[in-house]
Amino acid sequence: MKLLPEEFYNIPGTTIFDADQSRKGYWLNQFCMSLVSADNRAEFKTDERKYLDQWPMSDEQKMAVLERDLNRCIALGGNIYFLAKIGATDGRSFQQMAGQMTGMGEQDYRDMMLAGGRSPDGNRFKHEWEDA
Amino acid sequence: MARITASVYTSHVPLIGVAIDQGKTEEPYWRPIFSGYEHSKEWMANNPPDVVFLVYNDHATAFSLELIPTFALGTGEKYTIADEGWGPRPVPDVVGHPELAAHIAQSVIQSDFDLTLVNQMDVDHGLSVPLSLMFGQPKTWPCPVIPLAVNVLQYPVPSGQRCYQLGQAIKKAIESYDEPLNVQIWGTGGMSHQLQGQRAGLINSQFDHDFLERLIVSPDELAAMPHIEYIREAGSEGIELVMWLIARGAMSDATGGPKPTVKHRFYHVPASNTAVGHLILENNE
Repeated sequence: MKLLPEEFYNIPGTTIFDADQSRKGYWLNQFCMSLVSADNRAEFKTDERKYLDQWPMSDEQKMAVLERDLNRCIALGGNIYFLAKIGATDGRSFQQMAGQMTGMGEQDYRDMMLAGGRSPDGNRFKHEWEDA
Repeated sequence: MARITASVYTSHVPLIGVAIDQGKTEEPYWRPIFSGYEHSKEWMANNPPDVVFLVYNDHATAFSLELIPTFALGTGEKYTIADEGWGPRPVPDVVGHPELAAHIAQSVIQSDFDLTLVNQMDVDHGLSVPLSLMFGQPKTWPCPVIPLAVNVLQYPVPSGQRCYQLGQAIKKAIESYDEPLNVQIWGTGGMSHQLQGQRAGLINSQFDHDFLERLIVSPDELAAMPHIEYIREAGSEGIELVMWLIARGAMSDATGGPKPTVKHRFYHVPASNTAVGHLILENNE
């Protein structure tokens, strides 16, 4: 049984960060949280795998972090505000991260935003993406 | 007695803080955004508050997943500027107002809102960017700030209705404080934006304009808008807009008084991933 009404899970390209996701991603997000310290960022950058192995995360979660696959991280319970700290550690902006998650690349994403952003039309319900 | 003289609403986009800190406000990309706040700074110079009650959300900064308070009221003396991963913003630390905050806690909790009280926390861009937008770059912030951090990160988050009612309780609390303080209440976050996943970049200017209009004219109806509408129409991070209802609930008309006066209204797309909205409402008694 889902925690929230079904309609919350029917928005395309969107993950609702509910308590189930939070539980699944607890250590992934707590690892991200550790990157708010400059010392920890340096230690992580020195040997990412070794740093990740200090956290009780799943191998899948560790791989997703090593590959910087943010969509995979989100599917595995990551929350964007925590994951942004990996981007910060890499010196990447929110816009660069969004360019990656949308598959558009940084420049196309930036152009879309300058042109007024992504319209809600055709982006409200999962079936609108499946039919497209 | 203390009075709430105005409510201020603004987005708190982190990159706006970066633009200010790095002196980029005159660049063509940023110019239209900062020009929307020029009038606000003049207004602020003419209407300086004694205290700002600042509603914002923590973005995985003071609160990790260890602790997720729905409404966390800052009762401390001082709040340091957080390192959110890019290093701390070069802005002054924030001085609190523990006496007024303690009074608000007493009154609001006795009005059946079970707040969490926080004496020690770092504050992130959610709080510091609005201060920079409204006060510029002073050596120290011109007045004490009482932070109220709202959970809009992990569901369940508070309803618009609950936020609106909390604003009413905060007003009652502030107006029963002995000192004759001029208090402003700020609601921050929004407007439409989504930072996560394949739908990132969603902007809904129609929704945003309607939201601004309804916030001014019929906040009690707006407060009834369900969460799903925020998320579907204004993006997953558009849910931050529920926090604007806390500030709006503290205007006199929410409890039977006269309507506030609109002093300024501004909207611009984009700032980074986000639609920027801004309003100043002067309270009437």
